[in-house]
Amino acid sequence: MSTATLLSRRSFLRTGAAGLVLSVTWPEGLIRAAQPARPQYGRGGGESEPRPNAYLHIAPDDSITFEIVKGEMGQGTVTSLSMLLAEELDCDWQKIRTQFAPVDPSLYGNQGVYGSSSIRSTWTPLRTVGATARAMLLEAAARKWAVDKSQLRTENGSIVGPPGKISYGSVAEAAAALPIPSGVPLKNPQQFMLIGKPVKRLDTHDKICGRAQFGIDARPDGLVYAVVARCPVFGGKVASFDATKTKAVPGVKNVVQISTGVAVIADNTWNAIQGRKALEIKWDEGPNAAQTSAKISQLFAERAQQPGLVGKSNGNAQQELSATSKKIEAVYEVPYLAHSTMEPLNCTAVVHPNVSCEIWASTQMQTGSRAIAAQTTGLPPEKVQVNTMYMGGGFGRRGGVDYVRETVEIAQAVPGTPVKLTWTREDDMQHDTYRPAAYVKFSGGVGADGWPTVFVANMACPSFGNGTAEDSGFGGGDHPDGVAVEGLSTFEYDIPNVLVDWRRANAGIPTSYWRSVGYSQNTFFCECFVDELAAAGGKDPVELRRRLLANSPRLLAVLNEAAAKANWGKAPAGRFQGVAVCNHIGSYFAAVAEISMEKGKVRVERVVCASDSGPIVNPSIVRQQLESGVVYGLSATLTGAITIDRGRVVQNNFNDYQVLRINDMPEIEIVAVATDNQPGGIGEASVPLVAPAVCNAIFAATGKRVRRLPLTLEGLV
Amino acid sequence: MAIKFMLNGKEQDVDVNPQMPLLWVLRDTLGMTGTKFGCGMALCGACTVHVDGIASRSCLLPISAVAGKQITTIEGLSPDVTHPVQLAWLELDVPQCGYCQSGQIMSAANLLARNPNPTDADIDELMMGNICRCGTYQDIRRAIHRAAEIKAQGAKA
Repeated sequence: MSTATLLSRRSFLRTGAAGLVLSVTWPEGLIRAAQPARPQYGRGGGESEPRPNAYLHIAPDDSITFEIVKGEMGQGTVTSLSMLLAEELDCDWQKIRTQFAPVDPSLYGNQGVYGSSSIRSTWTPLRTVGATARAMLLEAAARKWAVDKSQLRTENGSIVGPPGKISYGSVAEAAAALPIPSGVPLKNPQQFMLIGKPVKRLDTHDKICGRAQFGIDARPDGLVYAVVARCPVFGGKVASFDATKTKAVPGVKNVVQISTGVAVIADNTWNAIQGRKALEIKWDEGPNAAQTSAKISQLFAERAQQPGLVGKSNGNAQQELSATSKKIEAVYEVPYLAHSTMEPLNCTAVVHPNVSCEIWASTQMQTGSRAIAAQTTGLPPEKVQVNTMYMGGGFGRRGGVDYVRETVEIAQAVPGTPVKLTWTREDDMQHDTYRPAAYVKFSGGVGADGWPTVFVANMACPSFGNGTAEDSGFGGGDHPDGVAVEGLSTFEYDIPNVLVDWRRANAGIPTSYWRSVGYSQNTFFCECFVDELAAAGGKDPVELRRRLLANSPRLLAVLNEAAAKANWGKAPAGRFQGVAVCNHIGSYFAAVAEISMEKGKVRVERVVCASDSGPIVNPSIVRQQLESGVVYGLSATLTGAITIDRGRVVQNNFNDYQVLRINDMPEIEIVAVATDNQPGGIGEASVPLVAPAVCNAIFAATGKRVRRLPLTLEGLV
Repeated sequence: MAIKFMLNGKEQDVDVNPQMPLLWVLRDTLGMTGTKFGCGMALCGACTVHVDGIASRSCLLPISAVAGKQITTIEGLSPDVTHPVQLAWLELDVPQCGYCQSGQIMSAANLLARNPNPTDADIDELMMGNICRCGTYQDIRRAIHRAAEIKAQGAKA
């Protein structure tokens, strides 16, 4: 299709097709420099950092197509990434079309959406692509008209100058023949026309009429449908099975064993489910068959007594603990959590052995999906075509590729026939890779003046790769798992003596990233115990944080924004407030929760959330994401718990794994402040704040500390 | 034996197991994927369609039970995406991931058909069967109020 030209540090791609096509591959160093460092992300040097790329096509008929190199799971990438390109290109927003880019590391580097990184990793590169294309269009018009480029300007998809006005499309082909300039200047923020405006989402229309194509909607010709019976006990496997009755179920076409269980293939999903019910399988339940949540708690408590790996150390915490006049101690614990995306896991694949593989996937790891399909089939990666589909939620679950591997394994058993594997809701809930349960034993003390002098967190929890092939990358030697301790190891409070240490307490339950990862548990622990220190010293929770964050100006600023908006300290009668702050994903957040109590039950009435994520590309999407995080965090706070009995998950579906519904929705107010800092993330933003803000409000209301989640355990919901 | 019903205003017949839920007939047999699978237990509302004008969960509804009935899915709610609920959803950009929104919209359309001017409490009561994991509930409330306005204006015009 094309020949690539290497120019300075960028490579651009041209095509023989009519019009201007621009692609750019950015050096990794530049991207890293633009991204605030995240504490060791856990993976042990496997995949490279994301290398964002862009691709746009201006056709002679003036249509403009943006290739969206990131997946869309609701976080607004299709719209926001288009805004970055369009801002600098100065094109007609109404004429933009978007499509998901092919998955091709040679063009785009690693394609994936995780760590709230989409804007952070594309802020400069995509704008540069837009600006470069604009410069080439201007140059083409200048040559056509034989005028100096300085006499020309662009205006909404046209070039305007003394000779008149011509559209981008009419000079696109000429522009494509020009040398590609480097160092094209970007706009000053004061010149932005789109960035910072609540531009309408580009994906809304298709999502309100049933047209949006999610992974589960893929329907290649000749499609057959599959479900898989998996061992209910983690780590177990098939001992033997009898498919006689299954094969007698109408519509069932085939039964095949795969690495994770037994797949039933049928002419529709429902018949496949009926066939699975008729399977007779003997399981070898493996080493975890007696595991329970109670035993896991006990394991955590025992491990917490043992020496740990240091995640953060300031001053001399042990010495201060024995010296302090007022010492407090507390144990906090949270359960495993499921992701429960609305779209259950699924994937569609067709394998032509030794020739090719095509997959249709709603995945947060496009490149990883391609790699696992290549590994499973033995095909070279370039023989695997990945069709990126809309994701019906991701929340970290679709960062795994287990369901892609399963699908490809099944597809290999029916060569040339496309297979759609669907996980039922029960499959999704019982075979998730869970947010780890976790345990912290806190000790702390305050001085005679009431201000904290020492903060110690002895943590015990599974690593975030427990039960996965990558677990060796999650902590080891003298280092804790970076993501298991984040939120405590990133402690910013100015307390002279701090110790955070961690012990691995793997329990045989598969774990992985869950929206906001380690912060989802550790910010709850940290912000509640800081509140306990405030109470021990007789300090107001906001006043204490203001003082201890005096040297953390961005956290202090969002704290003040949230406190002001929430009218901190002046809650209406019958309402009680709690506060929490958190810095993660390169951004800064604070929240005030306001609750009421009736007959001992908590109702969350209002949540105010303030953010500083640097420049705001689309304030409407930022508001949506912050609200979304509050709701996701509230579900975990109020009712979220995966419990283990006999090595298997007790919960089945939304009846026993309850999530927030509209009737429990609080009023949410967002104060998203745009600042001149480096762009930060927003997708996982507010999730960690909710549990501590609500639990601190419960203390304000009742004088009782909630030290384990969810609130259903304490009879508070 | 073929089962006949009206689907989005057109006659439809299907020859499937009479126990097969309407959801899977729509999605797998007829290729109408706008109606979503979420839980299979009528707990989440993603599969909501209208059966003779009433919002119903299609994931547990055997196809035999809809014989002779009028079924409306998201694809047939309006011919050109102009139902007041869709207009309000578009105006307020309600969807995030969007997966639950077919069901949310079908439930909201049914709410407005029964109650042209619902309060927040009315909305909560009827919409609590529809889960949204992205948490668009605040926007859904706003959009239902807006849809009620659009519908009232349309009725006057």
